[in-house]
Amino acid sequence: MRDFSYIAANTIPEAVALLDEKGENARILAGGTDLIVQVREARRDVNWIIDIKSIPEVNALDYNADTGLVLGAAVECYKIYADDAICKGYPGLIDATKIIGGTAIQGRAAVGGNLCNASPAADGIPPLIVLNATCVIAGPNGEREVPVEQFCTAPGQTVLKNGEMLVSIKIPAPESNSSSFYLRFIPRNEMDIAVVGAGASVVLDDTKQTIVSARIALAAVAPTPLFAEEASARLAGREISDAAIDEAAEAAKAIARPISDMRGTAEQRTHLVGVLTRRALNGAIQRVREAT
Amino acid sequence: MARRSHVQTTINGETVEFLCEPRQSLLEVLRDELHLTGAKEGCNNGNCGACSVILDGRLVNSCLVLGVETEGKSVETIEGLAAPDKLHPIQDAFLENAALQCGICTPGFIMSAKALLDQNPNPTEHEVRYWLAGNLCRCTGYDKIVRAVLDAAAAE
Amino acid sequence: MLENKDYKVIGTRPIRHDGVDKVTGRALYGADFQAAGLLHGRVLRSPHAHAKIISIDTSRAEALPGVKGVVTAKDLPDAGDKVADLGEGAVNLKHLCDNILASDKVLYKGHAVAAVAATNPHIAEEACTLIDVEYEVLSPVLEVRQAMEPDAPLLHEHLKTTSLGETADEPSNVASHIQHKLGDPEKGFAEADVIIEREFVTGTVHQGYIEPHNATAHYNADGQLTIWCSTQGAFTVREQVAEILQYPISKIKVVPMEIGGGFGGKISVYIKPVAAMLAKKTGKPVKVLMNRADVFEGTGPTPASFIRVKMGATKEGKLTAAQGYLAFEAGAYPGSPVGPGAMCIFAPYSIENVIIDGYDVVVNKPKTAPYRAPGAPNAAFGSETVLDEIAEHLGIDPLEIRLMNGAKEGDRRADGPVHPRIGFIETVEAAKAHPHYSAPNGKKHHGRGVASGYWFNIGLESSVTINVNADGTINLVEGSTDIGGTRASIAMQAAEVLGIPAESVNPSVVDTNSVGYTAVTGGSRTTYATGYAAYEAAQEVKRQMITRAAKLWEVDEANVQFADGEFSSINGKEEQISFRDLCARLGETGGPIVGSGTVNPGGAGGAYATHVVDVEVDEETGKVEILRYTAVQDAGKAIHPSYVEGQIQGGAVQGIGWALNEEYIYNAEGEMTNASFLDYRMPTCLDLPMIDAVIVEVPNPGHPYGVRGVGEVPIVPPMAAIANAIYDAIGVRMTELPMSPDRLLKALGKI
Repeated sequence: MRDFSYIAANTIPEAVALLDEKGENARILAGGTDLIVQVREARRDVNWIIDIKSIPEVNALDYNADTGLVLGAAVECYKIYADDAICKGYPGLIDATKIIGGTAIQGRAAVGGNLCNASPAADGIPPLIVLNATCVIAGPNGEREVPVEQFCTAPGQTVLKNGEMLVSIKIPAPESNSSSFYLRFIPRNEMDIAVVGAGASVVLDDTKQTIVSARIALAAVAPTPLFAEEASARLAGREISDAAIDEAAEAAKAIARPISDMRGTAEQRTHLVGVLTRRALNGAIQRVREAT
Repeated sequence: MARRSHVQTTINGETVEFLCEPRQSLLEVLRDELHLTGAKEGCNNGNCGACSVILDGRLVNSCLVLGVETEGKSVETIEGLAAPDKLHPIQDAFLENAALQCGICTPGFIMSAKALLDQNPNPTEHEVRYWLAGNLCRCTGYDKIVRAVLDAAAAE
Repeated sequence: MLENKDYKVIGTRPIRHDGVDKVTGRALYGADFQAAGLLHGRVLRSPHAHAKIISIDTSRAEALPGVKGVVTAKDLPDAGDKVADLGEGAVNLKHLCDNILASDKVLYKGHAVAAVAATNPHIAEEACTLIDVEYEVLSPVLEVRQAMEPDAPLLHEHLKTTSLGETADEPSNVASHIQHKLGDPEKGFAEADVIIEREFVTGTVHQGYIEPHNATAHYNADGQLTIWCSTQGAFTVREQVAEILQYPISKIKVVPMEIGGGFGGKISVYIKPVAAMLAKKTGKPVKVLMNRADVFEGTGPTPASFIRVKMGATKEGKLTAAQGYLAFEAGAYPGSPVGPGAMCIFAPYSIENVIIDGYDVVVNKPKTAPYRAPGAPNAAFGSETVLDEIAEHLGIDPLEIRLMNGAKEGDRRADGPVHPRIGFIETVEAAKAHPHYSAPNGKKHHGRGVASGYWFNIGLESSVTINVNADGTINLVEGSTDIGGTRASIAMQAAEVLGIPAESVNPSVVDTNSVGYTAVTGGSRTTYATGYAAYEAAQEVKRQMITRAAKLWEVDEANVQFADGEFSSINGKEEQISFRDLCARLGETGGPIVGSGTVNPGGAGGAYATHVVDVEVDEETGKVEILRYTAVQDAGKAIHPSYVEGQIQGGAVQGIGWALNEEYIYNAEGEMTNASFLDYRMPTCLDLPMIDAVIVEVPNPGHPYGVRGVGEVPIVPPMAAIANAIYDAIGVRMTELPMSPDRLLKALGKI
C-alpha cells in the first residue's frame, strides 16, 4: 500500500481548508470500507487522508416528522437502521442500509460515503433518489445543495470540486400514504455488489388504489445510478394495475445502458431492470397498504 | 521510511501504546506490532471476516480500519474473550459442536457471534445466518457454526 | 483383521485436542510466525496471460531504501531436462521451476516472475512496481477445445502428445491422452433401448481456503534451511524445495504451522522456494505472504473441462454401455486430474461395456492443482445428469435405477481394479429411506434432485510414534498436518487400542526432523493411514507393556492379556494392573516405552455418497435457492462422527458453490476479472440451509477399525444433484457449470 498522511479534522472549516490546500490527492475518510481498499489496491492515488468522523455535523442523525431527516455524511449504516422512526419513515433507505456489505461493514460504512464513492452499483443511492434527497455540500465558498440524482457524474466521480465535501443528506418528511422500497439482484444472498438495483417510492391516494406520484431509480445499469424520470412520470395519476406497473418497468428498461462484466451481462441486466422495477413498485405499494 | 504516529488505545481492557504508519491497518498493527495474531488476514478487503474485531462495541473488519484511527478507542479481540480459567460460552459452544475444522476463520466467527449475542441474545437461525454472512468459512458448510451460536445463545 | 466390537472411544465425540488453541486465537498459523530481523517478501506477477520475457531489470527495485534482495529465475539452479521425482510420479523439473519463477515465458496472468525482500511488506510491494520486465505479448489460449485445435497457439514448443504410450511427432497443447476400456461398448449400445448423449462444460474453480499461502525461510550459516509454513504435507514441501533448489533433503527442515484450509491446494509449492531463495540472498529470515488476488491468480485451481457422456439402458433400466470423453484444462503445465476423473466417472455402476477417453490439455491459466476428489466432480456432473435423464425417460425413480445398477464387491471398474466391499448400495438405500426423499415436493418452481458420487481414496506412507508418560497418558507424535480435526481422529484410534480416554492422548504435529516420513494430508487418507499408523504404534506399545507386566508378575508373556485398559494374568496367578498404574512402573521394569508404527496401506477402500437436494428457482431472475439438503455417505467407520459430518457438510457446500456461482471469469486477454472473495462467489451462511449429513457404515476391510476416507467424495454429487433438481423445478436441463442466474435465464429463453 502506498504511503500517505493521515489528518483528523475536527470542524467543517478545518476539513474544507485541508481539502482546498491538498487538492486532488486528498480524500475524505469516513467508514473507509471503499477508500482503504481502493488505496490498498492502487485504484486511487491518495497522499492525504482526512478523517472527518469527529466533526459533529457529519454525525447528525436528526429526524423530525415535519421537516424530515438530516443524515450526516459519516453516519454508519447500523445507526440508521437502529432508529425506529427512520425505519418507519424511509423503509427504502433501510432496505439498502441492511444489505450494504455484511454486518461488520455496516458497523463502519456510511450512506454518505456510499454516495461519495459514486459507484454505479451503489445500493445507497437509488433509495435517496426516490426519496427526493438533497446533498448538502460545504466548500471554500460556503454551502450549496445538489439533488442526489445529480451528485454522481461518472464511476467514482461526483460534482464535488476541490475543497468541497459532503456534510449531510437531507430527506423531506414522508408524505401520507407514501412508502419506499429498494432491492437488488445478487447471485448470493449477501456480500455481493448489485448486478442491478432498483428503488421505488410511491404516494397513493386515500383509497390506496391510485398512484398520486412515484419515483423510480436504478443502480448498476449506467455509469451512474439513474433516476428513471419517464418511468416515474408514467405512473402519476394511474390506477394501480399490473399493466401500469409493467409500463413503468418497460420505460425503466428503456433508459438502462448496462455493460457486461464479471457481475453480469448487459442483456441479463436489462432484463432484471424490468423484474426489479416491478418488484420495487409492488413492494412500495404493499407497504403503503399494510401501514396502519 | 514513512513517519510513524504514536497511538494510544485500549485493547482487551488494557491501555496500549504503539507506533504505526498511517497506511498500516488495525489488522497489521494487531498482528505485526502487537503480536496479537488471533485476527487473521483472509482477503484484506473486507470480504471474509477473518479479521473481525469489536471496535467501540461495533463489529468491524480490522483490515478496513487504519491503526491511527483507533486513538482513544477500545478494541476487543479474540485474545481477550476467555477468562484465565474459563472459556467464553461461545468458545465452549464451538468446541462442543465441532464448529471448526481448519480453524482459520474461527476467531472471526467467534467475535462476530459475540457482537451478535451482545445485542440480540436470542437470535433466530435466520438472524444468525444474516449476521454471520460476512464471515466466510470454507470447511464446515456453516451447519455446525450456526448450531454453535444458537447453542451459545441458549446457554447464556 | 477387522475388529468388530463395541468401541469405547471410537464413535464418540470428544473435544478436539487443538480446539482450545483454535477458539482462543492462540493457534499459530503460517502467517503468524515471527522472528527477530524478519524481512518481508513480495512476488511480482505477470500482467499477461501469455508472453515471452525479453528482459528483467531489477536495478531500480534494488536501489529502493529498505530493499534487501531481489530474485528472478536466474537465481534458480539450471533445471535442464531433468525429471523430478516427487514420489507421485515423474514431473518435468523445468516445468516445476518455471512455475515458481518464470524463466523464458509467462503462461498465465499472475505467473511469478521476480520477488523482493524488504524491511516491511509495503516497501516490498512498492519495489515490485520498480522491476522493469519487457514482454513480447502472445495470444492466449483460454479454453480446452480451442487449445486442442491444430492451429491453436502453442504454450510449449517441445510438448508432444503422449497417447496410449506413443509420443506424437508434432508439438501440441494436448499433453496426453488416456483410455480405459471394458467389454464391448459397441455391442452394449446396440443392446440398449434408450441411449442418451450429452455434452457438458464446467468452469475453473478454486479451493477457496480462507488462509492465503505463506512461507518463512531462514538459512543458517552452516547451510541448514528451515521453512515454516502452512502446508498439507511438510515432507512434500521438503521434497519439492529440494528438487527445485537442487539442495539435499538432509539440509532442509520444514516446520508445519497450523493450516487454514487446503482441499488439495496446499500440496504444490509456490512461494516456499522463493522465501528460501530470498533468505539465502539476504542472510535473514524472510516471510512471504500471498494476498487473495495472488491466491486466485497464482496458485492452482481445479480445471475447467469439456465432457461428453453417452449412456445406454434397456427399457427395464439396466445400463448396457457407457462412453465418456473428458478433456481437462491442465493450466500452464501438464498434469490435470483427468486421470482420476476417468477412473471415477462410471464407478458407482456395474456396467459391462465402457469406454473412457481422457485428454490433458495445457491452456494459459494457472497450473491446476488438486481440489477435493480432483476430476471426479467434473465427471460426475456429466454422468449423473445423463443417468437422471435415462431414468426419467424410462419412468424409473432415480434412486431405483441406481439400486438396479449399483456397483458391488467384485465388480470391475473400467480402469481395471475390482471393487472390494463397498457401500454404494447402502448410501442409496439410506437416501431412499430418509424422510427428505418422501417429503412433499409439489410447489411451483420447486424441484428435487439426486445424484451419487465415487472417490477411490488413497493410502500412502504415514508414521506415528507414541511416548508413554508415567501418569498413564501418551504423547503421540505425527506428521500429518491437521486441517479438520485429525489430531482427534488419529489419537482416538491409539486410545482405543490402549483402553484409555481420548483425552489421555496428547497429539503433536511435528517437523520433518522429528517424525518418520508422512505423506500429505490429502486423498482422504489421514484418518485412514495415519490413524492406521497410530493403531500400529499403539499395538507396539501394548506389546511392550505386556512384556513389562509379565516381568512384574514373573509370568510368561503369553499369560498376560489386555482388555478394557487392564492387564491381567491368566493361567493360575491372579494379577491385575491398569494401563495407568503400569505406566508408573516403567522405570523399574526396564525404562521408558516408545512405540512406533509405520504404514503404506493399500486398502484405502473407495467411498460413495448419494445426495438429495430441494431447490426453488426464481424464473424471473434465474436464481436458485437451496431449500433442503441431505448428504448420505459411507464412512466405513466414523471415528469422530462430528468431524465426519463436518467433512460431508463442508464438501457438499463446496459443491453447491461450484454448482451455482463459482468460476474464474476471464476477459479476452486472459485476465481473471473476479480474483476476490467479493466476486468469486463462495457460499455464505445465508445462502444455505442446514446440511443433513447421514453416515452409513460399511466397514472397510483394509483398516483395523473399518475406516474409509471421508473428505473428498462429498463434493462429487452436488452439481448433478442440483442440475437434476433444477430440471425437476423448471423442466430445463443445465449442462454448463456454474448454473449461474444468467445461464438459467438463457436456458429459460428470458434473455
